[in-house]
Amino acid sequence: MSANKEIKENINIKNVSFSYNSDEEKGTPLILNHCNLEIKKGEFIAVLGHNGSGKSTLAKLMNSILIPTDGIVLVDGFDTSDEENLFDIRRRVGMVFQNPDNQIVATIVEEDVAFGLENLGTEPAEMRQRVDEALKAVGMYDYRNHAPHKLSGGQKQRVAIAGIIAMKPECIVLDEPTAMLDPKGREEVMRTIKMLNRDYGITVILITHYMEEAAQCERIVVIDGGKVLMDGTPENVFSEVELLKSIGLDVPQVTELMYLLGKHGYTCDTHIITENDCTDFLAKFLSEKK
Amino acid sequence: MTAVKTENLTYTYGIGTPFEKTAVNDVNLEIEQGELVGIIGHTGSGKSTLIQHLNGLLKPTSGRILIDGADIWDKSANRRDVRFKVGLVFQYPEYQIFEDTVEKDIAFGPKNMGLSDDEIKKRVIETAEIVGLSPEILTKSPFELSGGQKRRVAIAGVMAMEPSVLILDEPVAGLDPRGREKILAQIKTYHAKKNATVLLISHSMEDVARYASKILVMNEGSVYCYEDTPIVFSKAEELAKMGLSVPQITKVFLKLKERGFDVRTDIYTIDFAIKKLLEMKN
Amino acid sequence: MLKDITIGQFFPGNSLLHKLDPRFKIIITGIFIAMLFAAQTFTALIPGVVFMIIGYAASKIPFSLMIKSLKPIIPIIIFTSILNLFFLDGIVIFKLWIIKITYDGVTYTGMMIIRIIALIAGSSLLTYTTSPIALTDAIESLLSPLKKIKFPVHELAMMMSIALRFIPTLIEETDKIMSAQKARGADMESGGLIHRAKALTPILVPLFVSAFSRAMELATAMECRCYRGGEGRTRLKQLSSSARDYLTTSFSLIFLNMVFLLNVYMAG
Repeated sequence: MSANKEIKENINIKNVSFSYNSDEEKGTPLILNHCNLEIKKGEFIAVLGHNGSGKSTLAKLMNSILIPTDGIVLVDGFDTSDEENLFDIRRRVGMVFQNPDNQIVATIVEEDVAFGLENLGTEPAEMRQRVDEALKAVGMYDYRNHAPHKLSGGQKQRVAIAGIIAMKPECIVLDEPTAMLDPKGREEVMRTIKMLNRDYGITVILITHYMEEAAQCERIVVIDGGKVLMDGTPENVFSEVELLKSIGLDVPQVTELMYLLGKHGYTCDTHIITENDCTDFLAKFLSEKK
Repeated sequence: MTAVKTENLTYTYGIGTPFEKTAVNDVNLEIEQGELVGIIGHTGSGKSTLIQHLNGLLKPTSGRILIDGADIWDKSANRRDVRFKVGLVFQYPEYQIFEDTVEKDIAFGPKNMGLSDDEIKKRVIETAEIVGLSPEILTKSPFELSGGQKRRVAIAGVMAMEPSVLILDEPVAGLDPRGREKILAQIKTYHAKKNATVLLISHSMEDVARYASKILVMNEGSVYCYEDTPIVFSKAEELAKMGLSVPQITKVFLKLKERGFDVRTDIYTIDFAIKKLLEMKN
Repeated sequence: MLKDITIGQFFPGNSLLHKLDPRFKIIITGIFIAMLFAAQTFTALIPGVVFMIIGYAASKIPFSLMIKSLKPIIPIIIFTSILNLFFLDGIVIFKLWIIKITYDGVTYTGMMIIRIIALIAGSSLLTYTTSPIALTDAIESLLSPLKKIKFPVHELAMMMSIALRFIPTLIEETDKIMSAQKARGADMESGGLIHRAKALTPILVPLFVSAFSRAMELATAMECRCYRGGEGRTRLKQLSSSARDYLTTSFSLIFLNMVFLLNVYMAG
């Protein structure tokens, strides 16, 4: 543990390729193709990419569900391809999946939150405390004795998140956690993970299709054809409107507005991604008469 | 002509239990033939319950439903025929796929209608084309396809019955932007080709804004309003207060108005916004 | 509708019965069943029935729920009653053509009806007041001596608890798939037996496909949370017995004794 203290990267993906078939079969498509990515402790990252771009595979490589065909994935310095490191890695990197129903194991909310800790052999008294803390953190403490199937989608995802944070991970990977939720549920989940990052310093890696969610992160990584195509702040990434559209992705409406105004010959800033900045810009735009 | 009409439609479930709840409350609607209607509202606003009444899957506690002027719960009415006339695509419809080839699965509905083999074949090919499935996919197993393709097979399965009213409950939920765009465009194609009435439930105001000619807003089991799209978006402030997420672009114009600019607030698509901005500038 | 099924459903609460150690609850349920089956006369059935009523009172489970839990077994009761009523030999009290009803038949049938009703209603209390997880934990604990002979006790308990967790999900899903196929004109209400069995394919295939994909996803999710079988696992809720559990068990044993006494007393 002490040896890993100096390492600032939480997750380091080095020249990783991945294919579902064995590499002996020639011509099997590579899902990931010599992909490189470094994620630092405490970062809040969105991963964008169309279906089949390899972004879900990337997520699964981060906690040893999948092992790279080629290259190396390091989590806090632990190599994910080494079987011995499995639990050290999974304790550090928690996963939340798309379908809230298929990741809840127990029939009572608090028992589900405890599941990971039970597997780790945590003392019951400490477990009780950590379960309660985790439930309070996601705002589901009042529901601790409820049956999960009676909760809304957003609530189920918060329970799943509580189950992860009870294990005190350094990093949490969310694979399209809001895809099956309604707008209210999506907002609940976004609020929760932002809080985890801000108040607990947990590294958050959010895989999503929703551009407005990505716009709330510090950094966006765009995956296309199994490679990192873009990597930067949301402002910088979304300013590349044409490139994003060409790979089947969208930009926030306000960015598109800036882009189209620019096409009409006005000097516009496509780095604008929020409603407030856009309003400021338009206020100025409308005040300056020709 | 009125395609779908409801009269004082009310549905209460769990009558006599502690879970009793009125999901749809006194709904009166008249939807014209050939309209493309967007239906919006919170989870639990009654929109899903409402649409399950329109093809006779749920029986109203009180009130009537008329399709092409005929009461579907009339003694002489055959509910199965109603289901062929009013096609309903559920949320995540790929779960309904069960046949071993795409072709057979799309043909399930038409077969149940008792159509001739030639007619079935014709319809399968036609709808597969509408949803953008190439002919070589037809002989494949649907379970080998990608998520987006499965979704389109399932939608084609309902379209192949050629319903004059097509209802879709969140047809693009969970898809990536490109997949969403494709399916919405295909629904529009069906609408135009068959001159069908289409009802589209969506959480995405952006999608509804771009495709629907009229919008039905449901709130707490009742109809909040049913109007032309621009009129509904002119109530953007009220919608936002109800907690419905209006398009980002609409929010920007609401903010501009707050700051004292004389702008319209019924702006809901980017193209329209650009047009208005340019007009104001010049 | 499918959603109305209540057998095996847990109703959270804070009553005495909810607080009992689930292991003892299983043992007490066993004793309760013994009370019903040891009874040889009507009078000897009384302690069992009274014990059950006390149970319901102590559990604060609404009585209407008990009635509801009995609904599915009505056909079984009617069927076995008819068999017993008409085919038991003994002192004939009513005879019409080849149908004869005997005194023994009537008493036996009466006792059997009470027994079945008390059995279902009483043992439902166990599942009403015990969370399925607590129940499987208890079974795991009670069976743990079998681990010595390499019996997969933990695996069995885990399978049971996951099955319980997914029953409501799959019931909901079945409802949804049925509606979706009906919307495509599937006809499930008419036709002969073979036709109806065939009509189930569009429901069963999607249900299996979805159950398998759920199982795969759940397995991945469990592995991600460091699941590695029963070894070295601790539990959030430790099963701990207290004086309350021993007292309640003794109380039930007293009732069982009463049954034996009544058997002897009434016979003598």
